[in-house]
Amino acid sequence: MSTRMFGARIERNVDPKLLRGEGAFVDDIPLPDALHVAFLRSPHARARINSIDTAAAKASSGVVAIYTCDDIGALDVEMPLLIPHPSMTNPQTQRPLARGDVHYVGQTIAMVVAVDRYIAEDAAALIEVDYAPLPVEMDIVKALDDGAPRVHAAIPNNLAAHFVQTSGDPDGAFAAAEHVTKITVQVDRSTAAPMECRAVAARWEAVTGELTVWDGTQAPISVRGGLASVFGLDEDKVRVIAPDVGGGFGQKVLLFYPDELLVPMAAMQLGRPVKYIEDRRENFIGSSQERTQIHTIELAALKSGEVIGLRDFFLHDTGAFIPYGIAVAQVASTSIAGPYRIPNIFVEFKAVYTPTVQVTPYRGCGRPQACFALERAMDQLAQELGLDRFEIRRRNLVADNQFPYAREGLLFADGLKVTLDSGQYGKALAMAATELGAENFAVAQAKALSDGRYLGLGLACYVEGTGLGPYEGGHVKIHPITGKVYVNTGLSTQGQGHDTVFAQIVADQLGVSPQDVIVVEGDTKAFDWGVATFASRAAVVSGNAIHKTAATVRKKVLQAAANMLDADIDSIELRDSAAWIKGSNRFVPLAAIATASNPLRYAFNKAAQAATQFAPASKHDGPPLAEGEAPGLEATDYYSPSQSTWAYGVHGAIVEVDPGLCTVKIKKYVCIHDCGNMINPMLVEGQVMGGIAQGIGGALYEHLDYQSDGNLANASLMDFLVPYATEIPNVSILHLETPSPLNALGVKGVGEAGCIAVGAVIASGVEDALRPFGALRFHQVPLSPTMIADVLERAGH
Amino acid sequence: MKPSIFGYEAPTTLEAAISLLAGDPDAMVLAGGQTLLPAMNFRAANPSLLVDIQHIQGLRGIAVGSDAIIVKAMVRHREFELDEEVKRANPLIAEVMQHVAHIPIRNRGTVVGSLCHADPSAEMPLLLALLGGSVVAQGPSGSREIAAEKFFQSFLTTARNHDEIVVEARFPLLPAGAGWAFDEVTRRHGDYAVVGVGCVLALHRSGRATGVRIAACGIADRPIRLKDAETILNGTTLGPLDLDAAVAASLVAVTQPDDTNVSQSYRRRALGTLIRRMVARAAQRAETVA
Amino acid sequence: MTRMIKPAIADRSADAQVEVALTVNGEAVRRSVSVRLLLSDFLRHELGLTGTHVGCEHGVCGCCTVLIDGKPGRSCLTLAAQANGYSIRTIESVAAADGTLHPVQQAFKECHGLQCGYCTPGMVMNILGRFEEKEPLDLSDDGIRELLSGNLCRCTGYLNIIAAVRRAAELLGKTPA
Repeated sequence: MSTRMFGARIERNVDPKLLRGEGAFVDDIPLPDALHVAFLRSPHARARINSIDTAAAKASSGVVAIYTCDDIGALDVEMPLLIPHPSMTNPQTQRPLARGDVHYVGQTIAMVVAVDRYIAEDAAALIEVDYAPLPVEMDIVKALDDGAPRVHAAIPNNLAAHFVQTSGDPDGAFAAAEHVTKITVQVDRSTAAPMECRAVAARWEAVTGELTVWDGTQAPISVRGGLASVFGLDEDKVRVIAPDVGGGFGQKVLLFYPDELLVPMAAMQLGRPVKYIEDRRENFIGSSQERTQIHTIELAALKSGEVIGLRDFFLHDTGAFIPYGIAVAQVASTSIAGPYRIPNIFVEFKAVYTPTVQVTPYRGCGRPQACFALERAMDQLAQELGLDRFEIRRRNLVADNQFPYAREGLLFADGLKVTLDSGQYGKALAMAATELGAENFAVAQAKALSDGRYLGLGLACYVEGTGLGPYEGGHVKIHPITGKVYVNTGLSTQGQGHDTVFAQIVADQLGVSPQDVIVVEGDTKAFDWGVATFASRAAVVSGNAIHKTAATVRKKVLQAAANMLDADIDSIELRDSAAWIKGSNRFVPLAAIATASNPLRYAFNKAAQAATQFAPASKHDGPPLAEGEAPGLEATDYYSPSQSTWAYGVHGAIVEVDPGLCTVKIKKYVCIHDCGNMINPMLVEGQVMGGIAQGIGGALYEHLDYQSDGNLANASLMDFLVPYATEIPNVSILHLETPSPLNALGVKGVGEAGCIAVGAVIASGVEDALRPFGALRFHQVPLSPTMIADVLERAGH
Repeated sequence: MKPSIFGYEAPTTLEAAISLLAGDPDAMVLAGGQTLLPAMNFRAANPSLLVDIQHIQGLRGIAVGSDAIIVKAMVRHREFELDEEVKRANPLIAEVMQHVAHIPIRNRGTVVGSLCHADPSAEMPLLLALLGGSVVAQGPSGSREIAAEKFFQSFLTTARNHDEIVVEARFPLLPAGAGWAFDEVTRRHGDYAVVGVGCVLALHRSGRATGVRIAACGIADRPIRLKDAETILNGTTLGPLDLDAAVAASLVAVTQPDDTNVSQSYRRRALGTLIRRMVARAAQRAETVA
Repeated sequence: MTRMIKPAIADRSADAQVEVALTVNGEAVRRSVSVRLLLSDFLRHELGLTGTHVGCEHGVCGCCTVLIDGKPGRSCLTLAAQANGYSIRTIESVAAADGTLHPVQQAFKECHGLQCGYCTPGMVMNILGRFEEKEPLDLSDDGIRELLSGNLCRCTGYLNIIAAVRRAAELLGKTPA
């Protein structure tokens, strides 16, 4: 038998081309005669536009067209609200090009199309706009005040949404509490900063009436549907390709960014291919951001440490627009009780407009904020009750025999009740304690202190609802010439390794090597049913769809092979790209089966010649293709999850704080995580580690620094501090594999896991390290040297 | 992020380069380009003419003399860092160089270019100020030597005239037996220093410090020699009270306002910490002299 | 949409041009380019060598790193005009002509040192350049971190790249300092 590929650490199919520099990212696609786009963007956070004068820009050499809101016809409308929700009192979305008002620094006002990007930027600088600047309020607390300057003139108090969810009887729990702890915490604004910025290129073929768009998007099928609607084209005439995409992390799934509509429009109007390659500055001031939330959380506890109730009120900064609805805040609010039983929950949030780039999900999507609030509160509760931080968690974790554990009344982002499906939470916590050396840490800490070194231990637990629906599909086909297997799904990939993990799933069903499974995704001409890559859903939703489909193809192969070999179907096994009669040396290659399964046979290849040596693949009388039969070895199927799968984990760290310089060094970092069955542990670790690095960025470095006038002070990688290798410590990642009972593969998602707990871990560790200076509190991330210095100075050190 | 249009000249003689500069008040000198090009890509710098000096004869090479190391205008950071003679002649330099950006930037960026850019957070200006070095500028009417103290005037501003080219920098050797130290705090490894402190000192056989030099970057509009601290420490045994006094006298030098990365009060704290640590490290390395 | 007459559009900007002659991946190249064309854009769009990526255009991310006269440097912080006379090596020259991966590339594959692959060519060129330097290699974790600092990766969290550098050194018979 061949080795099972599911669970194997195999190298990725996609790597050689990427390593040779043969990737095909949007800006690599050769488009002869292409024109290039630059945008004029608002320098003001709020302003009224009195007039726009494009005359000088239009007159300059090499400029082909300039568009303002007056020049884009039917596109001059507010873009769609993707996820409506009744809690949204005043949903606002952006127009492709500003009309009348601008609402954040970076908002697109005019689009220049020119012979190259250099000239396009020159021309954008020549457009004269007469602005009447308006006052702004950048503080999300003050923005809710009566009379606060408004982001949208018609929306008082800048309130975008208000939502309350309740589970159990929180009032009763607080009445019965023996101890209540309360803290206010904040997580600051950040951004995904993928290494490849966004990019869109479009080509219109007037002769065939076909529009082809290359878009570095996480959602090509949805983009295709939208473009077809907007331009009144048949979906078949619009092809959207997400080629190689240099990281996404959520930022590349907004429908629509202005350029995604305007670039195809310009290509159609100008009769030349048009390209927009977002630059790094634009990525900072134009592409979605996330994270700012201020939580005030209270825990109602018994003296034993058991938490019987939780109240959380938080403000969520949604930026100037709310195209993605309340998704981020809703995920935060439904993740607020983490892996703990906490049976009584009250969680309320207000989403607030600020004159900043719109907020949509960035890897983690509200979970890092919820985790930070809850875990910082758990640490404080432990301290107040005189309990060890591990112990208080141990006493509250959902026990192995309590799954599925439902939180009545809390609806997750998929609209379904939060139900933790499976896990070994207690074991994970114990593993983290062991791996960290928690038992002996106090000794090491004391010894270090005697040498003038400040060591601290931090920890945090998290859960992650993954694998949201509604559905994905899979298409599997065995090629009749090569016997290679072609697989399609409706996702696009930004580096996760879909091509390899899906190949592993299929390889097991069809007895082929994963290298012979070719996964094509991100092209609406290849497969055009599906949703998108987000919410840690690829392995769960597409993985199971592909698994189902491959199982169907397997049945077809077995039946055809049994027919061809004149054998009983139960005697057939699939391995080494062939069907074998078990225990014999008789076999028929997959390519031959695929050829024989097509009643129209050409004899121009080896597979066809080989096929003729066997009996027919289909045994029946009547027409060559029997009623209900399809030619070839091919199937399409779909998977629609009944609810989300809940992954979880425990992170811990030993940190050293230098009180003189207020720097934090992570001496040791431990991650115990469980995403159910792992398809490829090497890739799982890659996802987790990448998430941890982003989490470290969010814990210590990455903070978008909006000034009081709404300008972003650090719109560059020089000052927005994405960590280098020198900032990322060694990490030990240990796995638990508790299968999800919800799907055939037993898998859960892993994409976002790594980043969720890191902020809470680091703050916990820094607090512990600085305990000799008193009970100092660190309730905000990223935790900068200045913040540490301020806390120490306030404490007289 | 593409630069706006400019003229480009790559003269092969210094005279031609100087006359190009003299003929265009918005011309800029291009050497390694590691600071100028990013600024141009952001369109924060928009020179009308770039005078590329890489092909000019005589602007390459490092010479270690009896009292100073001469670094010509086109010497890259990485050359300065790896030069074996430099390492021997002035070990402080290698300690500083490893903090300058990253290897690919050091491969292209030039030492003199960094001096002329005069970023108050950068390491090269601090090094020149700490050692009491100088630069040699050549203009239409000849060349002149400008001491570091005169050269760095304020934020990104030097005493170089527009029509002058700095052809070399002179980094003095350490006094015999002197101890040295440099360290800096950055947000990320390789970033510009938030605060950097360098120290050179010698120890008399009585245990008292002599020839103390301390300089800091990242605290003001230019690299700052902390002369009050030097005065306080000279002749002392560098005890805790001496250091307290030196630090206290230095904090007033911190004038850099809060920025996106740190606050001014943080800079004071870091400056104090680094002064204490660098003085101690330099003292440890110093040989006792008569 | 009704057919329209294809508009006449100037193909190139009116920027002043400058002649450059340089060697790229061992091949002599002579072109006339805009004085302000960045070397990164020259390699990618004039020569079609799109393996060199552009991530920030201000020298921080390292995606555009190529070998300039044998040493890693930022192609976004170099003008094509400046590169007159230079010898440039890009990622396209690293694997063998038949596509066989260079040991540095092989090591990345073995160690899962890449995810989206956007930063990878710059990483590989930086490592390759450092390996070819005379200066002894420090293959400790911190030594490798120092080598990699200057190249951002947003996907991997770096640890597998650190492993890849060590593996590449092993494949190349490089001994630590």
